[in-house]
Amino acid sequence: MNSIQRKLQADQKLLSIYFTAGYPKLNDTVQIIQDLEKNGVDMIEIGLPFSDPLADGPTIQESSTTALKNGMTTEILFDQLKDIRKSVSIPLIIMGYFNPMFQYGMETFCKKCEEIGINGLIIPDLPLDVYQEDYESIFKKHGLLNVFLITPQTSDARIRQIDEASDGFIYMVSSASTTGTKEGFGSEQQEYFNRIASLKLKNPQIVGFGISNSDTFKQATSHAKGAIIGSAFIKHVSKNGVTKLDSFVKGIRA
Amino acid sequence: MYNVNEKGYYGEFGGAFIPEMLYPNVEHLRQRYLEIMAEPSFKEEFDQLLKDYVGRPSPLYFAKRLSQKYNTKIYLKREDLNHTGAHKINNTIGQILMAKRLGKKRIIAETGAGQHGVATATVCALMGIVCIVYMGEIDIARQAPNVARMKMLGAEVRPALSGSKTLKDATNEAIRDWINNPVDTHYIIGSAIGPHPYPDMVTRFQSIISEEIKWQLKEKEGKENPDYVVACVGGGSNAAGAFYHYLHEEKVGLIAVEAAGKGIDTGQSAATSILGKVGIIHGCKTLLMQTDDGQITEPYSISAGLDYPGVGPMHAHLCTSGRGEFISITDDEAMQAGLMLTKLEGIIPAIESSHAFAIFENRKFNPDDVVVVSLSGRGDKDLQNYIDYFKL
Ligand SMILES: Cc1ncc(COP(=O)(O)O)c(C=O)c1O
Repeated sequence: MNSIQRKLQADQKLLSIYFTAGYPKLNDTVQIIQDLEKNGVDMIEIGLPFSDPLADGPTIQESSTTALKNGMTTEILFDQLKDIRKSVSIPLIIMGYFNPMFQYGMETFCKKCEEIGINGLIIPDLPLDVYQEDYESIFKKHGLLNVFLITPQTSDARIRQIDEASDGFIYMVSSASTTGTKEGFGSEQQEYFNRIASLKLKNPQIVGFGISNSDTFKQATSHAKGAIIGSAFIKHVSKNGVTKLDSFVKGIRA
Repeated sequence: MYNVNEKGYYGEFGGAFIPEMLYPNVEHLRQRYLEIMAEPSFKEEFDQLLKDYVGRPSPLYFAKRLSQKYNTKIYLKREDLNHTGAHKINNTIGQILMAKRLGKKRIIAETGAGQHGVATATVCALMGIVCIVYMGEIDIARQAPNVARMKMLGAEVRPALSGSKTLKDATNEAIRDWINNPVDTHYIIGSAIGPHPYPDMVTRFQSIISEEIKWQLKEKEGKENPDYVVACVGGGSNAAGAFYHYLHEEKVGLIAVEAAGKGIDTGQSAATSILGKVGIIHGCKTLLMQTDDGQITEPYSISAGLDYPGVGPMHAHLCTSGRGEFISITDDEAMQAGLMLTKLEGIIPAIESSHAFAIFENRKFNPDDVVVVSLSGRGDKDLQNYIDYFKL
């Protein structure tokens, strides 16, 4: 069993954190991962920065631009992570746009992930049909789960299709938005959360986008298995550096 | 074979590499666009507006003095005479009618030089629809007259502040806007780029160019097919339209002219067919300029309209399949060609179009060859550039 699947079977609600690798400093990657685990985070999305992050709002865009200016590359990220499994055991996911992975070579990329101990990938701009036709077998061969996104606009039929194609969790985007754009949830989200719950999907859902504090974390996880925090965490490290991660995580779990 | 297939690909290029947030809109468009374009009422409205509002058909003009200079027969397809001064309006008329039929109430667009922005703002004024145009902060500064025109037309011009603050980033911002406004908004893309069905839809709206060339040439030369069609390529919409009805006439040479900027090897270029590799940009698999690590790089050209790091998927396929001949032209060559056309024919071309006229210096044609050049736009918007360059 993939360690993401194992984690999903646990009783507690999962807190997952996204950060952009190479930000704020090029070599912060390993320390951020270690500290997040130490402070009780359940799962981490390591962002592979891209020059043109279409689905991201200003906070993650800026962190990506800075990370690239700092010199982050796919090769450097893999190098930073090569011994990560000696110190970290929670599930690790790489999240990034398709083009850098495509240039690296999807087969080599997945093989590298397996060697390091990465458990899954989130590639927002790799569509379901292309994944199934060209890449699913490679993911499987290297023990990687692929995580798909759904949004309030995704039709029930499409959600069922995505559920069928997934074998870990579904990344439930909380609202029609780029990352970090909308904060908090309104009645529209409640409706959406209820609709998804009523579909009784085989894969658990983890909610992302718009979660920034303990309130929104609670709301999101009252319906779903867990929640992902990205922009709010990036803002925290950009203000405080990578030293006070404990207070950030405690604030969410409060 | 050179048209899009049912999965949205031209050979290995094309597709819809979009985040799930865009899927409902793009899929809805994909399901509807051909059906809507085939509706008699759509065709009628489109044709009427092209005729009475845009001023079509645009003339096919035999350029006598230019032909003498280069000892071949050169015709100019006068897209520069269209309302708003370029071919871009053919596409925006089509897309605004599409948007209305899709029930959309708000229009967004990206623009580089401002030509597409103006063409979009124009059709939105015409239809009384809200219009927001994203434009790189740097381009806003260097294309002030077009910014003013868009504002006069009632559009809101929003600066793209991310990345390199030019066309590629304006496109990113427009896509992000669409993600944030998925229900009421239609995104009018300005070239034959983006996720399927955009490249095909834009190409079909622009295909009026080669449709007219066919009958116009028949009138003038007694035959529908020229020996060559020449067009500049930014994203590739005027070229796609000029080539469309000749794609499968293998005897017609298709010449695509790219911007070499300061030169292919200078690091300041936009010659995607030479400098690009297969990758994904703005939802489309195509040739694009990028680092070894897959980061998209910033192109350069003196003409803001050719300053795009990718090329439409149809052109990527024409290039790699050998069906198209790709020529790149430097800033200096283009500027000289612009002046040359002005002096010989009394036509000041857009700098984008000037690139297409620069090929005659080195690419030789036979005396009886018929060569049609897409004169995609007029030079009014570029006057300051010409003034600065030639110290007029
Ligand atoms: C006059 C003119 N020609 C050509 C272009 C390039 O666009 P495309 O390659 O889509 O025709 C532009 C773009 O702004 C333009 O304004």
